[in-house]
Amino acid sequence: MSTAVDMPRFVRAKQVEALPPPNLARGPIAWIRENLFSGPFNTLLTLVVLYLLYVSVPPMVKFLFIDAVWTGTDRAACRADTGGSESGACWAFIWDKINYFIYGSYTVSERWRVNIFFALLAIGVVWLLWLRAPRRDLGAVYFFWIFPTASYILLTGGNESFSGRFWIGFAILGALVISLFAFVAAVLKASMRPALVIGGGIVAVVGVTLALVDMDFGLAHVPTSLWGGILVTLLVATVGIVVSLPFGIVLALGRRSKLPIVRLASVIFIEFVRGVPLITVLIMANTMLPLFLPGDMTVDRLLRPLIGTALFASAYMAEVVRGGLQAMPKGQYEGAMSLGLNYPQMMSLIILPQALRIVIPGIVNTFIGLFKDTSLVAIVGIFDLVKTIEASRIDPNWAAPTIGMTGYVFAALFYFIFCFGMSRYSLGVERRLAAGQKR
Amino acid sequence: MQTAVSQTSPPKKSFLYDPKVRGIFYQVVLVAAIIFLFYMAATNAIENLQRAKIASGFGFLNNTAGFDISQTLIQFSAAGGTYGDAFIVGLLNTLVVSAIGIFFTTFLGFLIGIARLSKNWVVANVAMVYVEVLRNVPLLVQLLFWYIAVLGALPQPRNSLEMGAGFYLNSRGLFMARPLWGDTIWVLVAVLAIGIVGTLLYRRWAKQQQERTGRQSPVGKVALALLLGLPILTWILLALLGTNPITFELPRKGTFNLTGGMQVLPEFVALLLGLVTYTAAFIAEIVRAGILAVSKGQTEAAGSLGLKPGQTLRLVVVPQAMRVIIPPLTSQYLNLTKNSSLAVAIGYPDLVQVFMGTVLNQTGQAIEVVVITMGVYLTISLVTSFFMNIYNRRMAIVER
Repeated sequence: MSTAVDMPRFVRAKQVEALPPPNLARGPIAWIRENLFSGPFNTLLTLVVLYLLYVSVPPMVKFLFIDAVWTGTDRAACRADTGGSESGACWAFIWDKINYFIYGSYTVSERWRVNIFFALLAIGVVWLLWLRAPRRDLGAVYFFWIFPTASYILLTGGNESFSGRFWIGFAILGALVISLFAFVAAVLKASMRPALVIGGGIVAVVGVTLALVDMDFGLAHVPTSLWGGILVTLLVATVGIVVSLPFGIVLALGRRSKLPIVRLASVIFIEFVRGVPLITVLIMANTMLPLFLPGDMTVDRLLRPLIGTALFASAYMAEVVRGGLQAMPKGQYEGAMSLGLNYPQMMSLIILPQALRIVIPGIVNTFIGLFKDTSLVAIVGIFDLVKTIEASRIDPNWAAPTIGMTGYVFAALFYFIFCFGMSRYSLGVERRLAAGQKR
Repeated sequence: MQTAVSQTSPPKKSFLYDPKVRGIFYQVVLVAAIIFLFYMAATNAIENLQRAKIASGFGFLNNTAGFDISQTLIQFSAAGGTYGDAFIVGLLNTLVVSAIGIFFTTFLGFLIGIARLSKNWVVANVAMVYVEVLRNVPLLVQLLFWYIAVLGALPQPRNSLEMGAGFYLNSRGLFMARPLWGDTIWVLVAVLAIGIVGTLLYRRWAKQQQERTGRQSPVGKVALALLLGLPILTWILLALLGTNPITFELPRKGTFNLTGGMQVLPEFVALLLGLVTYTAAFIAEIVRAGILAVSKGQTEAAGSLGLKPGQTLRLVVVPQAMRVIIPPLTSQYLNLTKNSSLAVAIGYPDLVQVFMGTVLNQTGQAIEVVVITMGVYLTISLVTSFFMNIYNRRMAIVER
């Protein structure tokens, strides 16, 4: 065996024993070593965080569950000097006040109406949010017309008994609206039928709503000053979403409009509302709204913050919708125009269905913000959940040191369940929409 | 061409079909509606105000306020202070809590955002739970919770917790030493200014040096020496000479209460805690998204150029992540400032509590008060977004 170049070489003559498998490459211990103790810094980090958890979690569990007082009828159960326990949450307090937290001071015998309102709301929300629900167009009609009307009648009792003068005024106004549509159609030499159908439809919808509100269903009247708790929280949130979605769309279209004054008005409104805190808007609605109306007109105390939150949410909704409109490729607009569609047709048939679909997560996130913001109405004296807890907290019957904490933990839990649920939903939709875009 | 077009004149169309005419018509209608609304509101308001005998105009700002404010950064007393002074006190309180809040929330938010991306399972998940819990509970509930938790845990003033170095803690708040400025404070300020200018000059020189020769200079150490070492040395020197520029007034413990020193209200602490922890959850998500937006190839490319991990982070990842992070971060800062108005719920005397609360109730001049308060917040947001736009234009990716 000789080679051209004489160089030292080494050829292994016999097989080397295979190395033993790495000590721990799989299994829980290896995972722990890799993820938690992979280096000195990482180990230190893990230990610090574990220590923080050790300091914070056991006392929390102890307070919320182990030492908590579950039963009791008054403060005695939650006070040390009367033989109760003060080291844990006083759930007995929540349990005792739960009806107040849900309904406020709503007339006890009429609370079934509130329950129906909750059920109607749940149906509407599921119908709209469940992407594969049947007839979601009907769902929209339900949520934006039938449900608000029904809720209004249920919660207040309806039976507004409008005067005859009111109905005559309405008839004149209705006739005016219909003839206006007819006049416009005549001037534009457009076909008369759709104009009459649209004009008549608007008048009919408003008329039917007013007639229903006017009708006597034999429901006792419950003044809004008695409403409270979760009912008001959900009501403010619902009114917010029912108003802010359409109004937000209009504002967004206005902001994208080619007409300078329309654009300017939308921009001013949106930027103004987004630039001030909600609480100032609420105080403004509370103090200035009565000033702006004729002296003999009063605005219901609950209605004022409702208007405030609805306007506030609309501005934020408008920005979300604008995002969707801007994300539409220009070809969609051009395609619609080349088909000869006019502006309303282009927007309602081509652009908005697609734009709204892609901003569903944004809409839900705005709604989460709105839902959290409803708690601010407590500051202007509306008895929402936070305010009912505030009011119960100082009830002498339940004067105990842990009451405040327990109440706010309960409120936090309530809001968390709703908001977390919505954020999961929005994540799910986002993933679904992304799946459609994936190639 | 021109003649060809004009010869085949288009079929006669009503001018109503002209988009321009229609546009003008719509806008005229809108303007008319808006003017009508404003006119109605104005006439009703004037009538209502006259009937309620409420004065109008901004003259009330010069009237004596006649109420006390628990935290004042400028001289303010019930007897001498005017409503205008009360406005300034409230505004300063809002700005103080916002500024301190922004400082701490940035720190906490970045910490948690980075923790969420950690490979350490425990750290990442604790950060995730933090974000999810804090984001999904209304700030108002959190504030009330902190207020009760902070207040409830503190002892009565007579048995204050003594924490050393002049710090005392009781249910009236945190008491600490108040710095008193001496006559020679201007020397210290001048030295600090010299330090800042010196640091900037040195940094410029070091950069030129590096571009010329490739040698790097210890900018950090020199800056530390100039900014911290020099003023501290001067301070010690002045103190030795017998003209101490800064002396401290320690709070003294009486039988029932503490006197002297500086007091931090428990409302302030609760508000700050609530704002900082709440906003940090949102900032953490922004930071996470920003860092994820920098593609991995950037880190690898920096590594293959021979940059150390620290340099990669400082020179490659952070500048690119910041481009994504800064705009939403600013809007979170604005949110924090706006959310500080929730102070009204726990009684911290911010702008809304003092001006929209007490002053509005005392004077009844709703329109003026609301306009002024909203104007302040609007100005803050508009000014911020103005600077934001300038920044964005500078930071935007410049393409060839």
